Amino acid sequence: MNEPIRRLSVVVLMLFLTLMASASWVQFVQADQLGQDQRNVRTLYRQFGSFRGPIVVDGDAIVRSVPVDDPFNYQRVYANGPLYAHVTGYYSIGPGRSALEQAKNELLNGTADALFWTRLGELFAGTEQEGATVELTLSAAVQQVAYDALGDHTGAVVALDPRTGAILAMVSKPTYDPAALAVHSTSEANRIYQSLLADETEPLINRAIGGDTYAPGSSFKLIVAAAALKAGYSPDTLLEAPQELDLPLTTATIKNYGGARCGPTDQITLLDALRVSCNTAFAQLAMDLGWPAIAETAAEFGWGSSLSIPLGVTPSRLPQDPNEPQIAQSGIGQFDVRTTPLQMAMVAGAIGNGGVLMEPYLVSTVRDPDLRVVERTNPSKMSEPLPRDEAAALTVMMQAVVSNGSGTAAAIDGVSVAGKTGTAETGFNTAPHTWFIGFAPAENPTVAVAVIVENGGDLGNEATGGRVAAPIARQVIEAAIAAQRGRG
Amino acid sequence: MATVHEVTARAGRGSEAVLLVIAVSITVGARAFVDANAGPGIGQSLGVYAGAVAALAIAAHVLVRLRAPAADPVLLPAAFALTGLGLALIRRVDFAYAARGRETDFGTTQTMWAVIGIVAAMVVIGLIRDHRLLRRYTYTAGVLGLLGLMLPLMPGIGREVNGARIWISVAGRSLQPGEFAKILFVIFFAGYLVSNRDTLALAGPKVLGIRLPRPRDLGPLLIVWAAALLVQVAQRDLGASLLFFGLFVAMLYVATQRVSWVLVGVGLFAAGAVFAGTAFSHVGSRYDAWLNALDPAVYDSGRSYQLVQGLFGMASGGLFGTGLGEGSPGLVPYAESDFIVATLGEELGLTGLMAVLALYVVVVQRALRAAIGVRDGFGKLIAAGLGFSMALQIFVVVGGVTRVIPLTGLTTPFLAYGGSSMIANWIMVALLMRISDLARATALESPRATVEEVIA
Repeated sequence: MNEPIRRLSVVVLMLFLTLMASASWVQFVQADQLGQDQRNVRTLYRQFGSFRGPIVVDGDAIVRSVPVDDPFNYQRVYANGPLYAHVTGYYSIGPGRSALEQAKNELLNGTADALFWTRLGELFAGTEQEGATVELTLSAAVQQVAYDALGDHTGAVVALDPRTGAILAMVSKPTYDPAALAVHSTSEANRIYQSLLADETEPLINRAIGGDTYAPGSSFKLIVAAAALKAGYSPDTLLEAPQELDLPLTTATIKNYGGARCGPTDQITLLDALRVSCNTAFAQLAMDLGWPAIAETAAEFGWGSSLSIPLGVTPSRLPQDPNEPQIAQSGIGQFDVRTTPLQMAMVAGAIGNGGVLMEPYLVSTVRDPDLRVVERTNPSKMSEPLPRDEAAALTVMMQAVVSNGSGTAAAIDGVSVAGKTGTAETGFNTAPHTWFIGFAPAENPTVAVAVIVENGGDLGNEATGGRVAAPIARQVIEAAIAAQRGRG
Repeated sequence: MATVHEVTARAGRGSEAVLLVIAVSITVGARAFVDANAGPGIGQSLGVYAGAVAALAIAAHVLVRLRAPAADPVLLPAAFALTGLGLALIRRVDFAYAARGRETDFGTTQTMWAVIGIVAAMVVIGLIRDHRLLRRYTYTAGVLGLLGLMLPLMPGIGREVNGARIWISVAGRSLQPGEFAKILFVIFFAGYLVSNRDTLALAGPKVLGIRLPRPRDLGPLLIVWAAALLVQVAQRDLGASLLFFGLFVAMLYVATQRVSWVLVGVGLFAAGAVFAGTAFSHVGSRYDAWLNALDPAVYDSGRSYQLVQGLFGMASGGLFGTGLGEGSPGLVPYAESDFIVATLGEELGLTGLMAVLALYVVVVQRALRAAIGVRDGFGKLIAAGLGFSMALQIFVVVGGVTRVIPLTGLTTPFLAYGGSSMIANWIMVALLMRISDLARATALESPRATVEEVIA
């Protein structure tokens, strides 16, 4: 009976070889594919199971991971979720990541190349992989004031330091709570995400840098004015300012706000035209300057450039080859001119900063778990859209807007504020979007701000940038100056 | 006295002692990792455990030295290491369940079963001084095996768990009599075949070139076999019927050397499998879950959920595993029993799984070597039967988890949670050691008489 037993042992070996092959198939050949399967929660556990670095504002962690006793090991905690939602974004086992949680993911979770030596150390020490700390340029005080000042309006506020480009506040309303999306239940997280997606007020969109972008309205007159100054105009140059401007090629006309005249006569200086936000004067000026001069100036201020702050910023747009009436419309920030609040804050900042545009950024430093700096953002010049003298002239014009023009609601005692209002038509039956952009102190600005309130806030059709957006801007500027003084 | 020295060296008790030290280290080390990484940390209980494990190993070793001095030195340490690793894995799964809010204490219960199993093995080695004594109980074993198999069908004591009615409830504990029936049937087949193999193989009409045995020769065998198979089908115990069928064909082949019967057996099995798949919905859905495991429709229906979760676990283990206590075995249903292999693959990786499979190969090959070495046909058939049944059982359960064959419910010897299986497997080890003792003792006494035994 030994021969069949020997054969049997060959059969047994074959059975075991089959098992070894199938185990290798599952654990080696197919392992990656199975690991990426949507239904494999282990992948989530691994991804979410390590210590993720905090996001820090003014020394306080606004987002951090705390150990919990569940398979994920750590819970992402958003200390003041709605306040910072559009900056931090969410980190969820359901919809994934967004905003900084996405943009700085590899540093936060510790897999970035910059953290290689840290990881090597952890490997030898046998300690857990830890993520880096991301420190923001935001000021908690300014952010809070911007958030409160915007109230229940739909809109956005951006404040930045024009000298460096560091963003001090970035608020978009309506907002959401990323903490709700951080629940450790895929179905619950997805359910909340779906309800946010379905929400018609679009709380997930960061209106400060993205979304549908806005028509800048009269705030775009700063670009036209800048182009005029570069073309040799001075603040005192007289412009044609009829009560109603007939547009060539069409029967359409451009009127001023409320159909009023801009001044006692049909002529007005460039300074006064900006101060009272005279539509007919700027429409005519735009046609006189020609589109290329305006487009070039706008591009120097940042139109058309894709920024990564490191959140992706939707590039602002200009119409392509507009005809004369379209140039007239574009000159007052209507037609196909589109922008973001961040872009408008950059415009204000560049004018205030002597014509030098600094690249905006949100992340100041990234530190590894041992607090060594692995990444630091150094302020960098983006462009010089305006010579120093012209920038100074435009600043004077913008100061007139606040001291004695359409933007008086932004005036602050003891601080000279330079600004420009904007009221962008959105359609026949909808209330206009109201803008205010500005900077202070005018002679040596430390803060530039852009505020937009969609559809006029509570004032509806009566709304103007001067009445709705300017008071919000004033509070933000005050807060920024106070915060900077506090910091010394 | 030089010859005496040579004899003791070849008996391999020294090797056994060394291997047992390794097995104890694996047992204690695995538990230490589990406690440190997933449990309360390494504490006093580990020291108590280590002491108890070492004491048990020493006791077993001493008893083997006294009662089976020439027994194969690898069987005991291999079974010991597998049992110890299994205990650590089950304890690990307890912690994994606890992390998900489910309080279980499989580990403690299984530790008790392991002790009982090892003691039972020692009792078998102590009581049964010669395996040939068992031949007297050939028919008793057959009848007891059948009765045991049928017990779960009896109202009152039988219990159905997860669709299979293979448990009985005795004194608050559930038992799987099928695990013991397996051993009884091996004894019955061996006893019957060794008496009748000549007539089975040589007498009878020839049909289509295959010599069929006379009905009166094959009758009793066929009756027991068919009855057992029917009972298992009625109990919906697919794995056991597959195991049982394979075991029968293998032993018939070893006894008669007829390859043609193996072919007939395999053909019958294939026909049966196809028939069962179309006739019984629960078999058909198993096939579906096997072939289309990752299909969202099948997965969402829950049919392949367990299988796919097991695959995910093993995949996440990769080559080297997550480390004991570092994975998420609690996600897989029955991670402590049917899917202990997935737990093993996840936390110890392909490396660990390969090592365990290699250990099984060693046990099975040692069993077959004992079958070759022993002189009597009865012993050969028992050793070959026990060895092959273990191999086939491992193939069915690991093959089910790794998608080689459809998933069926069988326990992984020594590793999986379950008292009956633990005790039965240790008794099998005891029988194999007893047979190998005789095989090696005769070889040691007359080293030159190891040529092929003449068929009696």
